[in-house]
Amino acid sequence: MKKLESVAELKSLREKLVAGRDPQKPCVVICAGTGCLAYGVMALIDRFKKELKKRNLLDTVDIRSSGCPGFCERGPLVVVHPRKIFYQRVSLKDVNEIIDETVLKGSVIDRLLYKDTATGENVVTEDEVPFYKKQMRLLLEMNALIDPTLIEDYLTLGGYGALGKVLSGMKPQAIIEQISKSGLRGRGGGGFQTGWKWESTRAAAGEPKYVICNADEGDPGAFMDRSLLEGNPHSIIEGMVIGAYAIGSSRGYIYVRNEYPLAVANAVIAVEKARELGLLGKNILGSGFDFDIRINRGGGAFVCGESSALFASIEGRVGEPRQKYTHATDRGLYDKPTCLNNVETWANVPLIINKGADWYASIGTEKSKGTKIFSLVGKINNTGLVEVPMGITLREIVYEIGGGVPKGRKFKAIQTGGPSGGCIPEKYLDMPVDFDELTKIGSMMGSGGMIVMDDRSCMVDVAKYFLKFLEEESCGKCTPCREGVKQMRIILDRITEGKGDEKDIELLEWMGQGIIDGSLCALGGSAPNPVLTTIRYFRDEYMAHIRDKKCPAGVCKALISFSVNKDACTGCTACAKVCPTRAATGEKKKVHTINQETCIKCGACYDACKFDAIQVK
Amino acid sequence: MEEKVKAIIQRYGNDKSFVIPILQDIQREFNYLPREALDALCSILGVSQSLVYHLATFYRAFSLTPKGKHLLTVCMGTACHVRGAPQIADHLERVLGIKLGETSKDLEYSLETVNCLGACALGPILVVNDEYHGQMTIAKTGKVLASIGVKVRSDEKA
Amino acid sequence: MADTVTLTIDGREIKAPAGTTILEAAKNANILIPNLCHNEELAPYGACRMCMVEITHKKRVRLVVSCIAEVSEGLQVKTDTDGVRRVRTLVMHLILARNPSHPELQRMAAELGIGTTMFGVDFKGCIMCGQCVRVCREVVGASAIGFKSRGPSRAIATPFDESPEDCIACGSCHYICPVGVIPMEEHDGVRRIWKTDFPMAKCKTCGRYFATEKEVAFYRTIAKLPDDAFDTCVHCRSVKK
Repeated sequence: MKKLESVAELKSLREKLVAGRDPQKPCVVICAGTGCLAYGVMALIDRFKKELKKRNLLDTVDIRSSGCPGFCERGPLVVVHPRKIFYQRVSLKDVNEIIDETVLKGSVIDRLLYKDTATGENVVTEDEVPFYKKQMRLLLEMNALIDPTLIEDYLTLGGYGALGKVLSGMKPQAIIEQISKSGLRGRGGGGFQTGWKWESTRAAAGEPKYVICNADEGDPGAFMDRSLLEGNPHSIIEGMVIGAYAIGSSRGYIYVRNEYPLAVANAVIAVEKARELGLLGKNILGSGFDFDIRINRGGGAFVCGESSALFASIEGRVGEPRQKYTHATDRGLYDKPTCLNNVETWANVPLIINKGADWYASIGTEKSKGTKIFSLVGKINNTGLVEVPMGITLREIVYEIGGGVPKGRKFKAIQTGGPSGGCIPEKYLDMPVDFDELTKIGSMMGSGGMIVMDDRSCMVDVAKYFLKFLEEESCGKCTPCREGVKQMRIILDRITEGKGDEKDIELLEWMGQGIIDGSLCALGGSAPNPVLTTIRYFRDEYMAHIRDKKCPAGVCKALISFSVNKDACTGCTACAKVCPTRAATGEKKKVHTINQETCIKCGACYDACKFDAIQVK
Repeated sequence: MEEKVKAIIQRYGNDKSFVIPILQDIQREFNYLPREALDALCSILGVSQSLVYHLATFYRAFSLTPKGKHLLTVCMGTACHVRGAPQIADHLERVLGIKLGETSKDLEYSLETVNCLGACALGPILVVNDEYHGQMTIAKTGKVLASIGVKVRSDEKA
Repeated sequence: MADTVTLTIDGREIKAPAGTTILEAAKNANILIPNLCHNEELAPYGACRMCMVEITHKKRVRLVVSCIAEVSEGLQVKTDTDGVRRVRTLVMHLILARNPSHPELQRMAAELGIGTTMFGVDFKGCIMCGQCVRVCREVVGASAIGFKSRGPSRAIATPFDESPEDCIACGSCHYICPVGVIPMEEHDGVRRIWKTDFPMAKCKTCGRYFATEKEVAFYRTIAKLPDDAFDTCVHCRSVKK
């Protein structure tokens, strides 16, 4: 495609592309995000292509691999346009039927439809899917409509229109005012006023100025940024160009986690395509403004999500945060003024410019504007990405949209804010979710990860898990984090092995405060949070481990035993077949037993038993 | 090997601040960071050995020892943890006879963990040679292991 | 002067030039704030966290490391509050778990009322102040040693855990280590450090060994001196007329 030399040329290219598309043309859209790749969706896409070719339909029926719309629980997802008939859990054997029945005849295949768990009714179109309907999908909506590797798709749906508006005479100050007025706050977890950050960078002394996208989404269980960068990389690029123009920066970076290969690949393609069209590079759309983006991959270190460690990594050093009492907006990358924003923050920018700050500020709460994408995972029926207005309650997220806890188990806690956050018990489910509310009860919204736990999750084990994670990810520079987190983990090891002491809880609380106050960066500074919140809200569980040497949830290996319930066992031998140490044995059709000496408590028998005959105590 | 390293460095304009992407390319090229390549890197790019050694041991993406022919990665993210990933990791350690982070002596298998791949709906996830396998259970590992030629030891079942 | 600021440290009014760190300003006023990783010859590091103080500036109270935080007009500094003490005490216990026996550490611990560590001792010797690595990089310019790994596995290491190729055996790391865990010895014209032998250079005049051959070559290179520079020891050079 030819390089665009003006905003007018961008407009006519868009018009041409739109005119060339027939909205009534049948199109099979298949989600090709990382989650669905794990479902084997590439084979599905190939099969669709093959079968369409066989029927000579490649000219009359389009096929599109889209970005991740976030309904990961029900993948692979196939949406047949123009009616947007929504099929879930599609497999290879369904391909022919979908083409012959739905694409060619317009009839609906009932067994592939989503059945509303509340009403029991089938849902036919994508827009009617309750999981989507209850959300406000300002950002995620486009993921399901475009192929992220085709800039034409983004342009057809209005992409880069905000940039066009900006370069048609908006002054940098006016742009920053719009962002400030909108109330946009950083989506990476820090929640700083984005407008303020842009203004500070703009006003800071020093050249060159840098604009960076933090795509090092390291919180385990959080994949909002993954899906945005993979599924709609141009929305981020557009946001960055606008930001760079407002700030007066000509150099941008996107720092992506190494563990997101598809996001890296799609970002690289998007940057190349944008450059080709002249939306990045020199003299963007003839405005005289230069800006280009470099993509850096992380090296596999959670700490590189911290701003000064991220800068160190780009500068070619290890990801060690720097103790600085000045803001990165004054001295950041290479000690120059730097504006570092999260993926989701950048993605909100074109939206705000297009629809206006007032519109944006009408969504959300007084101090937290707009929508937030959450990744809802763990013991939940509808695992996936949920985009909702700020201020929605935890209960609505977990039950209305998430569909509640599966297998009839009981909700126990929801962990928010990743390793920096805390565990929230049931009594707080009616709390609104925004930047400030959850901190009142010791947790935080963080980047948006939400992990649901049921009565079979042990809160002491969860606290131990987070400490182990942070111990491995600590850069090791400062004493409180390097040594303190390790010592906290050692204490939790003891507790989960039944060697806890009554004084341990007080010790953990004392150490926790010292580590929070003394650590060099936020990794150490928030490391004690999961421990402190679980002690605060699940003290009984700690006491059970310490005093009674029991794990009520049946998780901590040293404190549980697996045995066969004589009354339920049918002698099907399923457990014996999977037992790695032959501890579970028995004759066919006779009650089985588990040898406590050789049982290693791996849980394979529990998973395999279809009759609920394995007891964990 | 020196020629390959030189070519990689030249791609980045011989700029010291790109030492990490250069190392990533070397890792990708040789499936680990050979000592010879690192020595060449230090002398051509002009960075100290102490820096390169710290980088190579700090970032998980790098390995100073050759990786096995088959790479098995267990996701240990919170969602996968809550769904039983540690048990799967333990099981693989037993079956393969190596600990997490190690490579078998015959260089056939490497077993690693990763802290969240972002495919949480399908947890627990086991990645084998870049192929994602979701909703793992101990029983299901058998089929996956068989596909890469792992014979389960005779005193164990999978 | 426009460059001087007035602040208080523990209630005492102090004047200091703008840009001074709180630690420096305190020292100049004979207020000693404990520290383990600080060294005036090196850039501030901020790793040990012993020098933590509480500052109040424009009503905002927080804990900062005084080796890096700078003075400002009207700043109120407190060097010993409950919060500060908790951090120092925790750090001391954690460091003692790595090295319970060094007299300097024991002295510092005693000042906090600590005898032995509350944690299990996992003896390492090294307290990770990083002064050895920093002096080699910042002052000597050899960068012969560095760190390896991260988290609790972080350790001082020679590259690839082998003999350090860039080391000149100047001994700076040995001398600067506050707990003396970098051994260095000399026998019969050979200096040994980092498990490596370094042949020494002999003075042309008096025949004494005065530096390692690598040192001499290194100094010649960085000072761009001819090949016969440093062929005599300091003593003989200064005696020569």
